This record gives sequence, structure tokens and C-alpha cells, in this order.
Amino acid sequence: MGKEETTQKSQLAVTVEQLIAVNPYNPDILPDLENYVNEQVSTQTYNLDANLCLLRLYQFEPERMSTPIVARILVKALMAMPAPDFSLCLFLIPERVQMEEQFKTLIVLSHYLETARFRQFWDEAAKSRHIVEVVPGFEQAIQAYAVHVLSITYQKVPRAILAEAINIEGLSLDKFLEHQVSNNGWVIEKGQGKGQLITLPCTEFNHPELKKNTADSVQLEHVTRIFPILG
Amino acid sequence: MAASYEYEDGGFQQQPDSAGYDPNFVPDSVKSFVVHLYRHIREKNVYEIHQMYESSFQTLSERMFKETPWPSVDAVAPYVDNDHVFCLLYREMWFRHLYARLSPTLKQRIDSWDNYCSLFQVVLHGVVNMQLPNQWLWDMVDEFVYQFQAFCQYRAKMKNKTAEEIALLKQYDQAWNVYGVLNFLQALVEKSTIIQILEREKEGLEEFTATDGYDYSGGSNVLKVLGYFSMIGLLRVHCLLGDYHTGLKCLRPIDITQQGVYTSVIGSHITTIYHYGFANLMLRRYVDAIQEFNKILLYIYKTKQYHQKSPQYEQILKKNEQMYALLAISLSLCPQVKLVEETVNSQLREKYGEKMARMQRYDDEAFALYDELFSYACPKFITPSAPSFEEPLVNYNQDAYRLQLKLFLYEVKQQQLLAGVRTFLKVYSTISLGKLANYMEVDEPTLRTILMTYKHKTHAVDSDGKITSNADVDFYIDEDMIRVVESKPAKKYGDYFLRQIVKLEGIMTDIDRIKLE
Repeated sequence: MGKEETTQKSQLAVTVEQLIAVNPYNPDILPDLENYVNEQVSTQTYNLDANLCLLRLYQFEPERMSTPIVARILVKALMAMPAPDFSLCLFLIPERVQMEEQFKTLIVLSHYLETARFRQFWDEAAKSRHIVEVVPGFEQAIQAYAVHVLSITYQKVPRAILAEAINIEGLSLDKFLEHQVSNNGWVIEKGQGKGQLITLPCTEFNHPELKKNTADSVQLEHVTRIFPILG
Repeated sequence: MAASYEYEDGGFQQQPDSAGYDPNFVPDSVKSFVVHLYRHIREKNVYEIHQMYESSFQTLSERMFKETPWPSVDAVAPYVDNDHVFCLLYREMWFRHLYARLSPTLKQRIDSWDNYCSLFQVVLHGVVNMQLPNQWLWDMVDEFVYQFQAFCQYRAKMKNKTAEEIALLKQYDQAWNVYGVLNFLQALVEKSTIIQILEREKEGLEEFTATDGYDYSGGSNVLKVLGYFSMIGLLRVHCLLGDYHTGLKCLRPIDITQQGVYTSVIGSHITTIYHYGFANLMLRRYVDAIQEFNKILLYIYKTKQYHQKSPQYEQILKKNEQMYALLAISLSLCPQVKLVEETVNSQLREKYGEKMARMQRYDDEAFALYDELFSYACPKFITPSAPSFEEPLVNYNQDAYRLQLKLFLYEVKQQQLLAGVRTFLKVYSTISLGKLANYMEVDEPTLRTILMTYKHKTHAVDSDGKITSNADVDFYIDEDMIRVVESKPAKKYGDYFLRQIVKLEGIMTDIDRIKLE
């Protein structure tokens, strides 16, 4: 998920949200929405609804489409993984636009992320710095997604696998791990002769048995149906 | 429900004044029809209005206007005091009949748009003091969206447009303009304050669902119920545009886990669930799609006999078949068969059992089947923008569909290795990565990516960012060991017993009432 906004919302954000709420189908708000995309990029915030609204206006009036803005929206959507935002955006972008080189690259990047091929992803991203590095926080957002996928898959992950997925090695990785240990409950132990093994925090996804407890409960509203009989 | 969706342009162009049709001739039966309908509307006799609307109109159309339009509105106006609103309603039905049975000309499409504008404006300005059947109000919204979609398809076929048609398209560029269509629906939602009404209803401060939206205190139901159905109209338009997220957002005020006004009309019920399910399928929320398809298919199975004589019957069957195809797709990608009720499941096996088995193989033939089912069952996607009249005239009516299909197949391709992994996970409780890699004939790093893809694709993210597992077979990796956890079907004993208790109590009450002589 994109970074949650913790500080006060900017004036533009408030205005745009009001505009979308009052009249989402108004071509006049297009410039505001474009400015808002740029603001999301520079302030590391994210608003899918506003961006979809803009893509929709482009869809209605293709001659007003700005491809640099579309590219920024797509990079932001990649950063929102595991949410399906990237596909949501592609559904609204005409095929001939998707044929442009920068979009083809972004689609390949998305494909690697969707299929958890992180090695290839980082290699490709390194070749396409001009597209992704325009958006601050890109690397961290993808690392967060990689950590998410790892932690729904693994209870214990070998250090090398983690290193590859988040593209951090050596001393930087030590620092990263240190941070995770003290903040997010990661535990580092010695593996079976193959270096470190990292125990990821336990969730219902990597401990599926945790979820079980709720399966056979009865909802209160269902029980209420027999209240008149019991009474 | 609207006119046949299968309708195509270009065939025969029926001119209203040909074939001996005189728009000014009003047969006695039509005279009597409009006079009575007008009277019932003034008297707010919803029952009679509904009878005339649902059956008399169909019978007369069948008997007298099989191949011609109904008499023109100007010809019938004198019999209904030239009532402005009644004439707008009559014209709405007039066009709907024309769309269903004949081929509308461009001029007629534009005129129909104008009529909707006038009609909705009258409603929005609150001067309609009528009580109309939900069926009719639903048909208005449904037909409005259908005609918009049909117009976009028509306009996108630029190749064989005459110079005259192109001139008309340029002149009337506001007709069926996408902003206009969305803004009318949105205005109906807002002006009716339906979202607030539904909110207040939850707190017990207002009645809407309990009265099926009708107003029994002398008011009108028209704006409120049109506003309600417009939310479903918006869901549908957004799906036609490929904007599934926004479509679902428009529907959110309606709680589809409950009965509601949307279930009071079969067409609205089906349209809602069809689009809801389709949007969730495209968002990879397969379980949500499967559950709702299952419910509605079971409902149709049990009730379709009651609709056999309805003008919507064919549409019901068509959507029924399409939803089975969508269910087949959803279950192929997310084999949660236990979510599907037995009757629905056996229907599904009968229709798609063999295809579904082949879809598991993920070879070229399997992709062809995904393509086939998707193409058969998807909405009629549209390109909302007007063509460029300067460039060489090309048809672009398939563009939107091709894009959605391509992106969908892309998703299928990303999941192609998951079926293989699933097969192995089902037969092991623990297996080492090395061993499984061996069985699957891939190297270990590749297997790790496949397993992570499996996890990622089986975990849906809802609109609030909450993650839920859709996996039928789940696992986790502990260093180099895969440990499998098969999610056993959660047997709902609690719910079952509760239902039986209520049932037994009902039987006992019935027995108590029986007096033995």
C-alpha cells in the first residue's frame, strides 16, 4: 500500500477531494487532477480515486491526455502493490498508448512483481531509472511489497532469499534487519549452515491455522432469529 | 429489461413511414390504452399501472405493432389532455419498443436522447407527482444505459457511415455524450438523496426497503426509486468503461448481502449481480464473485418458471448462461467449489464441466477457452469518446473489448503455473522445496517465485486495503520445507441448527392451529 498520509492534507488535496465528491464527471477539474498527481509524487502521498478519475477524463477526451502524467500514475500504482491498482489503471488506458516504450517497460515491471520475480524486477528497474526514479519512495514501496509477499509465504526465510527480493545486501542489509528486529518483531537465527535464517512475524497468512478459530462461530444476527422462540 | 442486446445495426433500415405505417393513426385499442393508463397514473393506482405496463403494452405491441412503431406522441396527446409528463413517458416507451423491434435511425437515437433529457429534467425538478411501478422505473434506467451503449457501438462503426450521418453526428455531438449520461445518473442519485435515505433506514429513521420504495403517504416514488436504480446504472456504465473500482464504489450504498429494492425487479437483481460479479472477477476477488454468482444462479434456477411469460424472459436466460460462464472462469482460477451450492454445481458441470477440465491445463487450448468464455460473457465494452472525423474513417467498436480481453488473458497467463502447484500441494502435507522443484521440473529459485505468486494471487485486497486469503489449499514455507494446510470446508452446524429450530417452531405453530373435529 502507498504511504498513508499522516500530516495535514494539503490545500490542493482537500480541494480535489471535494471536487471529486461534488462532481466527478466534470471535464473542468482535469488540470486540478493533473496538479494533484504531481503533488502526490512530490509529497509521497497517494489517492487512487483521484487518479482513476483523471484517467477516466483522459478516456473521454483522448486529445487532452498527458503521457508523462499517465506514467506517473502508473508508477504510483505499482507502488501500491499488492493492491490491483496497476491493472485498474491499465483497464482505462487505450491500447495504442500502452504501446509506447515507457508503458511497455512499466507493464514488464508489473509482470515481474505480479509473478514475484524480484531478481528480474530489480535488474529491469535499474535499466529504467529515468522512469521510476522520478517518483520518490519507489524503491522503499517495492521493498515493502516484497516483504509483504515473503511474509505471507514464509515463516522462516533464508537471508539470501530476502536479500534478493528487496535488493539489499551486506552492511545495508544488516542495518535493514536491525531496524526490522527492533520495530517489527523479526527474529534472526542461525540456519542449518547456510547463513542467517529470519523468522517473520506471524500472521494468519503464514500460520493459516490462526484463521480457523472464526470459521465455526455463529453470527449474532443469526442467533437473534431464535430469540422470539426462546422467549 | 432493455431491448435485445444482440441487436446489430446496418441490417434493414426500417423507415417509419414505409410499409403503410401512418404515425397519426390511433387505433381504438391504443386510444383506450392511453386513456386508461393516463387515468390510473393520475389516480396513483400502481397495481393497474403495472398490469397495463407489463401486459397490455406487450399484448398490443405483439398484436398490432410487430413491425411498426406505435402511433406518434402527437397523435395520442389529445386523448391524455396533452399532459406533458405523460407524453414524455409515452415517448420513452415508444422509443424502447422501436429499439427492441426495429432498427433506429441516427435521428431517432438523437430524438430518444432528447426525450430522456426532458424526462429526467422534469423528474429532477421535482414536478412529477406520480407513483410508478418499480419495474417501469428500472426499465427507464436500464434502457437509458442500453441506448447509450448502443449509440457508442453504432458511432464507433465509422466505415460505412454516410456523409449525412456524419454531419448529424457532428451537429448533435451532445447526444449520448458520456458526460451527459453520467451526470444524469449522478444527478438522480444526488437529488433523490437516496444514499442518505438508505443510511437513515439503517438507523430505523426512515422506511424505504420495507415499502419497496413506494410512498404510501401520498407522495411520489419516482425520483427516489430512479435515484436508487441510477446507482446500479452507474455500476453498469463504469463496467462498460472498464472502471471496475469506481463501479463498485457507486454500488456501495446498496447492501447486496440483503434483500433490497434491487431484488424487487428481476432485471435489476440480475444486472446488479452480473456487474458486481464481473467487476470482482476483474479485481481478482474471486471468492466475492463466486459467492454472488452462486446465489443469483440458484435464485434464477428456482424462480425462472415464474418469468416464462415475462418480456424479460429471454434476457434472464441469456444472463443466466453468461453468469455460468463467468462462474466457470472464476472457479478455474480459484477452485473454491465448496462455495457453490449443489444444484448450481451440477448445472455448471453439465454446461462447462468438460471445458473447465481443459482450462486447468493452461496450454494454448486452455487459453482459447478462457478467451471464448470471457468473450461470450463479458459486458459490451464501449469507447466513450467521439471519433476523429478528419482521420480516415475506421471502425473502433472492438477496441474497448479487445483491451479488456487482452488484460484479462494477461492475468490468466500470470497464473498459469499455479494449477500445477495446487495439484502437488493437495497430496502432500509437507514436502521439501528441492523435491517439489524436481517433480515440477523447475529449479529451486523458480519454484520459490511460483509459490510466492500462488500466495500473492490467492490473496485478494479489498477496497479498504484489507487482505483476505482466497486459497483452497494453503501452505507456508519454513526455511526449505513447504507445509501444507488444506482449508477444510467450514461446516456451518450452528447456522444449520438455527434454521431448523426456526422451521420446527413454524411447523409446531401450524399444527397448533389445526382444529380437529
